[in-house]
Amino acid sequence: MNKFKKMANRLSATALICAGALGFGMQAQAAEDTIKIGVLHSLSGTMAISESTLKDTVLMLVDDLNKKGGLLGKKVEAVVVDPASNWPLFAEKARELIEVEKVDVVFGCWTSVSRKSVLPVFEELNSMLFYPVQYEGEESSRNVFYTGAAPNQQAIPAVEYLMSEEGGSVERWILAGTDYVYPRTTNKILKAFLKSKGVKDEDIMINYTPFGHSDWQTIVSDIKKFGSAGKKTAVVSTINGDANVPFYKELGNQGVSSSDIPVIAFSVGEEELAGLDTKPLVGHLAAWNYFMSVESAENEAFIDKWQAFTKDEDRVTNDPMEATYIGFNMWVQAVKQAGTTDVDAVRQAMYGQEFKNLTGGTAVMNTNHHLSKPVLIGEIQDDGQLETVWSTDGLVKGDAWSDFIPESKVLTANWTYPYVCGGCQQPMF
Amino acid sequence: MRFWNKSLLLAGLLLFGLSQLVAAETVMDLTKSLSVKSYSKKSVIIQKIAQTGDPQATVILQSLLDGSLFLTKDAGLPVLAAKLGKEYALSDPFTGVDLGQVRKRALKKIRINNKVRGILKASIARLNLSHPNPRHRIKAAKLLFKNLDKALLAPLQQLVEAENEGAVKEAFETTNAALILLHGDTIDARLKAVERLKAAGGPDVRALLSSMDRKLQAKASSDEQSEKLQLVVQSALKSVERQLENYGLIESLFQGISLSSVLLLAAIGLAITFGVMGVINMAHGEMVMIGAYTTYVIQEICRTSFPGFFDYSLILAIPMAFIVSGICGVIIERSVIRFLYGRPLETLLATWGISLLLQQLVRTIFGATNKEVGSPEWLSGAWEVTAGLSFTYNRIAIIFFALFVLAGLMLVLKKTLFGLQMRAVTQNRQMARSMGIKSARIDAMTFGLGSGVAGMAGVALSQVDNVSPNLGQAYIIDSFMVVVFGGVGNLWGTLVGASSLGIVNKFLEPYSGAVLAKIFVLVAIILFIQKRPRGLFALKGRSVEG
Amino acid sequence: MKNKNNKALGPFFSLITDLPGGGKAFMGILLAVALYTVIGNTLIPESSFAHVPTYMVTLMGKYLCYALLALSVDLIWGYCGILSLGHGAFFSLGGYAMGMYLMRQIGDRGVYGNPELPDFMVFLNWQELPWYWSGFDNFFVAALMVMLVPGLLAFVFGWFAFRSRVTGVYFSIITQAMTYALLLAFFRNDMGFGGNNGLTDFKDLLGFDLRSDGMRLGLFVGSAVAVALGYLICAFITRSKFGRVLIAIRDAESRTRFTGYRVEFYKLSVFVISAVLAGIAGAFYVPQVGIINPSEFSPANSIEVVIWVAVGGRGTLWGAVLGAVLVNWGKSYFTGAFPEAWLYLLGGLFVCTTLFLPKGIVGTVPEWWAKIKLRLGRFKPDLIQTGKGDM
Repeated sequence: MNKFKKMANRLSATALICAGALGFGMQAQAAEDTIKIGVLHSLSGTMAISESTLKDTVLMLVDDLNKKGGLLGKKVEAVVVDPASNWPLFAEKARELIEVEKVDVVFGCWTSVSRKSVLPVFEELNSMLFYPVQYEGEESSRNVFYTGAAPNQQAIPAVEYLMSEEGGSVERWILAGTDYVYPRTTNKILKAFLKSKGVKDEDIMINYTPFGHSDWQTIVSDIKKFGSAGKKTAVVSTINGDANVPFYKELGNQGVSSSDIPVIAFSVGEEELAGLDTKPLVGHLAAWNYFMSVESAENEAFIDKWQAFTKDEDRVTNDPMEATYIGFNMWVQAVKQAGTTDVDAVRQAMYGQEFKNLTGGTAVMNTNHHLSKPVLIGEIQDDGQLETVWSTDGLVKGDAWSDFIPESKVLTANWTYPYVCGGCQQPMF
Repeated sequence: MRFWNKSLLLAGLLLFGLSQLVAAETVMDLTKSLSVKSYSKKSVIIQKIAQTGDPQATVILQSLLDGSLFLTKDAGLPVLAAKLGKEYALSDPFTGVDLGQVRKRALKKIRINNKVRGILKASIARLNLSHPNPRHRIKAAKLLFKNLDKALLAPLQQLVEAENEGAVKEAFETTNAALILLHGDTIDARLKAVERLKAAGGPDVRALLSSMDRKLQAKASSDEQSEKLQLVVQSALKSVERQLENYGLIESLFQGISLSSVLLLAAIGLAITFGVMGVINMAHGEMVMIGAYTTYVIQEICRTSFPGFFDYSLILAIPMAFIVSGICGVIIERSVIRFLYGRPLETLLATWGISLLLQQLVRTIFGATNKEVGSPEWLSGAWEVTAGLSFTYNRIAIIFFALFVLAGLMLVLKKTLFGLQMRAVTQNRQMARSMGIKSARIDAMTFGLGSGVAGMAGVALSQVDNVSPNLGQAYIIDSFMVVVFGGVGNLWGTLVGASSLGIVNKFLEPYSGAVLAKIFVLVAIILFIQKRPRGLFALKGRSVEG
Repeated sequence: MKNKNNKALGPFFSLITDLPGGGKAFMGILLAVALYTVIGNTLIPESSFAHVPTYMVTLMGKYLCYALLALSVDLIWGYCGILSLGHGAFFSLGGYAMGMYLMRQIGDRGVYGNPELPDFMVFLNWQELPWYWSGFDNFFVAALMVMLVPGLLAFVFGWFAFRSRVTGVYFSIITQAMTYALLLAFFRNDMGFGGNNGLTDFKDLLGFDLRSDGMRLGLFVGSAVAVALGYLICAFITRSKFGRVLIAIRDAESRTRFTGYRVEFYKLSVFVISAVLAGIAGAFYVPQVGIINPSEFSPANSIEVVIWVAVGGRGTLWGAVLGAVLVNWGKSYFTGAFPEAWLYLLGGLFVCTTLFLPKGIVGTVPEWWAKIKLRLGRFKPDLIQTGKGDM
């Protein structure tokens, strides 16, 4: 053995490990006169398609707030990290944001699994997460505010609409989804709901596909086949992000028109449609709490601001952006009300917080950490927009525990006295 | 007498003009009243418009269906609007007169929903039943098959008799038969109608027959006649279903071939860079992605600068994608891979790094969101062989395109000097060099060729999949499977590998679901490799051991 | 790498004293870092610069798990020339086995309060635990499974593959197919492993709260010990006669076979050992990151492991550890510091490593060092021996 090689070996190793250790130590020190907020959205990997938009949304809102003089007399600073669509990395980055960067609140996550991954971190460190995406429910954490839709704010009204005369009196249902927890839950709830409305088992078809499924020929053929039984048929799609484009392309090419078999989707918004030629898809539906096409002064201002911020006149807005917008502004109001960014104080101030929806009306934060919001059903237009064809009269309160699942029916989420729990059968006090 | 004649003519003209005026006013008024919110009221108005029989009704209804009919916010006048940059160009729906441009917020779109859309389509179809173009008449008849209205019974009967064109007559008769089955009076006519429908076949007939079957079953009091009808309906239904099942098999086969062609396209570039050159090219998927983005850029340029050329943008994109991806390939080869020959596993690491770089580069330039690549008119829709059996045009095109690329590549390899030199270099570099072949240049060109072919695949994939930075990642594993299964270094192997994997996958899918089918295929590949450790078409000879 | 007498069969400590210089240094550094982390976390007050926050402890524990995984890959790739692009599968299976134990430990503290079934099963209307979950409430059964399941899979897979002499790229691609098939299978909710969400919301391990600082530290120390033991095992194997045969197989497989060695047996044994090590790494990984889900099976992860080994230096064992820690630390740091540009840095690192550090850091840096010395003309080094052979 060569002496020098040995020495070099040791030296190089020591140097490298020391360098690594130093890097750890050199984490930035939080400045005193700023309020830090964390942004935990994937900027690379498979989810970047959806999530990077929300990062920009938060940055725009922070920018806007700072122009108006900041919060509590301090500047607000957004700390952006990239969890790279990697679920364990989400947990690591969440911990980094809270422990190292000392942020007061985090806006982030898209997929359910990423939320599940960071949940223990937020609960352990008692921090606050605003989760802006429609999701499956069955959860209410003390440390998370869910500003997207729960199943009763999206799926159930959508199916009710299709069952109505106006929606086409649908009698036969195809529940098609990506095989993960959100579609599974939604379909379970929908199946129970449909059965309670007298739909028979033979009139319900459930189909699951893997993530990023790109060859939809067989399934679209199956849909056509199932739909030719002489009853009005509709597809309820919980197909996730990426797989939608090839799905809709195949629908269009195989000539499944909305007047024959309408497809109602819960994960397809303006952003997804922007990647598609929507002419063959006119009339297919989506259920959300927000559409870009809704005419209101707030919405017009928001769209203008967004397009100016991204310097892109064709940039679209979507529902999770509105959810982020409402969540952010409610948090700002709550901080102002509490006079501090302390998590416990802000949480108390959040309850009953009101903020104007972009679609008109006012969203209210409930004690189960879910919003009350209107539900809109829209049809796809040839310009890639969704036009409202139906909306609820008033606000629908987000329900953490579905009434259509026996195990969760008995549970209550209420974080105020006397319940103080995210899922319990009796009050805790 | 003459005067009399003249005045008659005049009066006639006057009367005609007057009626025209009245009609126009009515359509106009009706159109104005479309501003109501309720969709059921809109439906009623639409039916009224259709009943006026006014030629302008078709224009109004069609533009309503197309979503180009607006009301001005101030005066509530109906206008046709087309987007022109940030503003909308207006024209009068009745006269076609240009009305200038306004901002979107000055207009109110007349919204329709699916139900209204159905009624609109049916109304237009009724008006189109006497359209001069036979293809429109057939389309109208087929559409009306799904909207069987009792009121149509008598007029359609007349039309059937008056029709001369064979294909149109057939379509009319089928729709007529459906009407008779539903609303006919005599049992004989209804039985005959069932026979007629059975002969026509297809999913729509199946839908009609099975709903008829249910209706007959639900009927409390059944007499002999309706029992007989039910029997006939049931047997017809069975025969239609059998026929559809057979079509289903053909369709599965087509889908299998189509999936194979996608796999083949995705893998064929890799068959060059990995199969022939031995570079474990993890950046192959990104070459496909670059091809897809090139398509997007070309289409955007066409859309903004040469709108008339849009339908042919894909054709232009094919060579452009080849060039762009090819150049990327050459750059990668010259800057990285040429240092790594003989160390195949290091090419894996380097190309993996390159793939990350390229993905992020595309994300930085184009953003992380999906990009829209439209389908030209000639690739949209499906070729309907017969009722219930149709093949989508874009899939057909991809199948032919894949074969075309394969054939082209074979020709290059077998029939050109470059192909000869390329084979020489990959088989024995030293020998080739001593024969005066510039091996470095050949390497670069080979890698460029493989990458360019991957780019062309990107053009095709942009028609069926997302155009996003992740596009390549979705295909890289499948591509490797195809190449390895087929046997490294053999294009025939790639063809056979792709087609067997695709077809097996599609035949398994209906039974096992998409996920399990894929797992089965993967396990089958693993087992197959045990049997033939070097793939389906293994190279033989001394070079194999190297 | 060296010509010292091989005392591989000697007592345990002689193994340590016999380690090559780099190995000793590595063990020293590992010990020092582990000790410092423990002391820095518990004894040094939080206000001090030298304090190691718990966050860092878990992070380093995670790196160590990756390091063990990298070691297992280096053992077969660096010493036997078997390139597995599916080692993430063994890692994940070990992780799932541990995850299943942790799931069972939740008991009735899940949201639906079912004492028998994990939440996701209640939710999917499962009436009873599937058979393959039985026994996982016992830690020792689970610990056995952590090793047994990956080992068994490796045995079956390797037995088929090596017997039919699937080598080189073909082997790499079918390992990739294996992990990809497992990825798809575990994504299925019907499999009973929680589908896409995987297993999460763990509460405690052996009765200790997973969130407590003590448990964190314990897991970190456990991981460090596992890496040290794993390293020793690998060192022992590679320096024994068995290891010599492995190297012979790497460099000239056919020739070794013709010499009379049963190549399949050697390959299979080392493949199984490596899979077991990977499984153990996964078992330590899961309680520290708090989640195991199918994306760990993704072929990209397995490729990354190979890259760590390549960056550190193939066939050097501790180079693999170094590569794993370095790349992952870089990932942690850059995703926070340069969220928009970190992929450029990472991709660039991989390209540069292969171009400028063909033998990895451990293999190349000393060479440079020696060259510099040579330039300076003060020393006359021996010929620098380098490992050879591809695949």
